[in-house]
Amino acid sequence: MTEQTTNPIREAIKGAIDENPVLLFMKGTPEAPGCGFSARVAAILESLDQPFAAVDVLPDPRIRQELSALSNWPTIPQLFIDGDLVGGCDIVSEMYQSGELQQALGIDGSPGEPEPEPEAVQSPPLTIENRL
Amino acid sequence: MSTTPQELKDRIEAGIPGARAQVTGDGRHFNAIVSAPAFRGISRIAQHRLVYDVFGSEVGDRIHALSIQTKPSEEP
Repeated sequence: MTEQTTNPIREAIKGAIDENPVLLFMKGTPEAPGCGFSARVAAILESLDQPFAAVDVLPDPRIRQELSALSNWPTIPQLFIDGDLVGGCDIVSEMYQSGELQQALGIDGSPGEPEPEPEAVQSPPLTIENRL
Repeated sequence: MSTTPQELKDRIEAGIPGARAQVTGDGRHFNAIVSAPAFRGISRIAQHRLVYDVFGSEVGDRIHALSIQTKPSEEP
């Protein structure tokens, strides 16, 4: 596959991954998830009081296509921590149960530790759709 | 164009050398527990990618959801 010189969706996805230390691509939103797997990962992050940005892939099928092409991962949800794909629902659930997820998030053993990304709520990736 | 747990099991075992798979599912959503020597020493995400790679673009499409658990196995 040759990469287009201008691919605004892919660029927006890359930008979102770079800008958000904890980023979840999901179906629907954390408040109104559109799929049980997405719901589970969002619930895990929320149970850890972990601020995270979320991108809903449902509004445009191209978001999902470009994301999967970029991440080499076929399914949604996809959780990125510090720019790296951690996994989907299965891996995140396993890592949560083993404590590896908390470790990867830097919240291992110190639940009160503040995360340096308070503006995660105002997630820029949600504008992907608006740029089309 | 539905698929079966048996088809998925056969394809995983054919596609990953030495793999053993247990697959359950309803034709759209599947659970696979896979062990293979190839999983040793690689990250969990790389292990899952090996399984997904067996099915390519069918995952998310014809295979609506494939839940995976992987375990490294001893040499057969």
